[in-house]
Amino acid sequence: MEELLHILNELHPDIDFTTQEHLIDDMILDSFDIVTLIAEIGDTFDVTITADKIVPENFNSAKALYALIQEMEDEA
Amino acid sequence: MLFTSYGFFGFAGALLLLYYLIPRRHQWKLLLAASYAFYLFSGPATVLYILATTLTVWYTALRIGQNADRQSAWLKEHKAELDREAKKAYRERQKGIRRRWLAACLLLNLGILAVVKYANFAIANVNGLLGLFGQGARLQPVSILLPLGISFYTFQAIGYLVDVYRGSQPAQRSLPRFALFVSYFPLLIQGPISRYGPLSGTLYAEHRFDGAAVSRGLQRVLWGYFKKMVVADRIVAAVGTIIGDVGAYHGAWALVGMVFYTVQLYADFTGGIDITIGLSEAMGITVQENFLRPYFSKSLKEYWRRWHISMCDWFRNYVFYPVSSSPLMQRFAKYSRAHFGGAVGRRLPVYLSSFTVWLATGVWHGASWNFIVWGLLNWAILMLSEELEPLYDRFHARFPAAGGFGYRLFTVGRTFLLICCLNLFDCYVNVGDTLYMLASIPAARNWRILWDGSLLAVGLTGLDYAILAGGTLLMLGVSLAQRRGSVRARIAKRPYAVRFAVWYGLFLLVLLMGAYGIGYDAGQFIYNRF
Repeated sequence: MEELLHILNELHPDIDFTTQEHLIDDMILDSFDIVTLIAEIGDTFDVTITADKIVPENFNSAKALYALIQEMEDEA
Repeated sequence: MLFTSYGFFGFAGALLLLYYLIPRRHQWKLLLAASYAFYLFSGPATVLYILATTLTVWYTALRIGQNADRQSAWLKEHKAELDREAKKAYRERQKGIRRRWLAACLLLNLGILAVVKYANFAIANVNGLLGLFGQGARLQPVSILLPLGISFYTFQAIGYLVDVYRGSQPAQRSLPRFALFVSYFPLLIQGPISRYGPLSGTLYAEHRFDGAAVSRGLQRVLWGYFKKMVVADRIVAAVGTIIGDVGAYHGAWALVGMVFYTVQLYADFTGGIDITIGLSEAMGITVQENFLRPYFSKSLKEYWRRWHISMCDWFRNYVFYPVSSSPLMQRFAKYSRAHFGGAVGRRLPVYLSSFTVWLATGVWHGASWNFIVWGLLNWAILMLSEELEPLYDRFHARFPAAGGFGYRLFTVGRTFLLICCLNLFDCYVNVGDTLYMLASIPAARNWRILWDGSLLAVGLTGLDYAILAGGTLLMLGVSLAQRRGSVRARIAKRPYAVRFAVWYGLFLLVLLMGAYGIGYDAGQFIYNRF
């Protein structure tokens, strides 16, 4: 989780990702951020997030995103 | 059948009446019959195209869905005897089968779209190349009727197919129900390009007559007709004159033309969508919004979140994300970061994916170079804005006062002007003419046309201008009021006399001030040709 928070903070240093739960709904993360995140996550966690997983529920909070990464790791 | 024709008024009125008179379980069947009747009225020769898309996408989605179900059942049955690797291999094999079904269906349907929409564009370019190399041989243009709404219904059907492939949507087993999703007539003209999940929830449901809901829907339809008939179909006469003669109308005329066209486009497109959403609302069907006061945007990026929302969602979900998360792009991302460092390397793949999307968006809009240039210009401006963002941030940190109302108004005006300039490519449908016109504005020496009466010689009278000014101000006022919530809901809370005055007054305005048959091809919607 720490590594994920580090990636997110690099993207938006002004946001507290430990408390935010509406990153997509509140338009904090846009489509460019998401694509950048996917590449960073791919590098750090060695998982591939496919287009079908790019839905608001998976990106609305750091917790949800981390759960997605774990799911991808399990599937790999 | 045009939304603004007497035939359509009769058609929609009779449908609405029948819709609430027949048993509710048959309502969706009536809509299907009405949608095909609408299609046949608009061009019987092309109905085979929509049938082909409906059948192929429905069948493919069914096969994909069945394969996914079989996979789950098989894995459940053999859970105990399989190790992790074996399960993974089985899943991969099945996914490969589904991928092949998807690819074949996409190829077929995008192929149909490409042939009917782009064949002559390709032939013209091949002829151009042959001419460059001095070849006498020329390919003959083909004569193909463009099926009504093909860009819209093909994208809608493809969106559904991809959703089924991704497992986010179960396949629709009923062919007639799926046929309604593809052909639902209010969406055929110009969208919104709706997703299956949210639309199907209300499209097939049984709807009890609710006088208040029908009334709300018809109020929105009326507002749509006001925008379309009073503003768009009136201003079209001047737009047609100005853009129709490049030699005579340049300089200040180009500025007038692009502002007029931008007003026309707004009134035409949002008016048409108001009719679509309002008519659906009157039948209890929820269609997604396509606009969020787009001309109040403070940047081009914001504009594309507020204009033609359904198209932008489609390209983001079905082009941008798949391209940017594809193995090829991920490999490029790694390469890019290794060779260009963190900051630049991180942005390059995003910009490349975005380039693909804007190229596709341009091509989707039409078979000519001006739309491709329009798409790529949008991309270039958006990328430039991204690059300049740190500079903006530093500016705002240095001058915190620059966030006030005056600055916001400036950014809205600047964005509106930028949109006007980009719209010129759509206006002149020719890259050379558009660039010539854009260049002619700063060099203009004919500013006197703005006050010497020349504006009265482009197909509009003083009364037309007065009506247009009133109509545009009313649209602006309604947009401003919408920022505090639904205007219709607020009107509904007023006393009966006020409500009657508002809606009857609007009806009279459409009746008395609607433009009937002036200009070229008045009545047709601009987005219908995309």
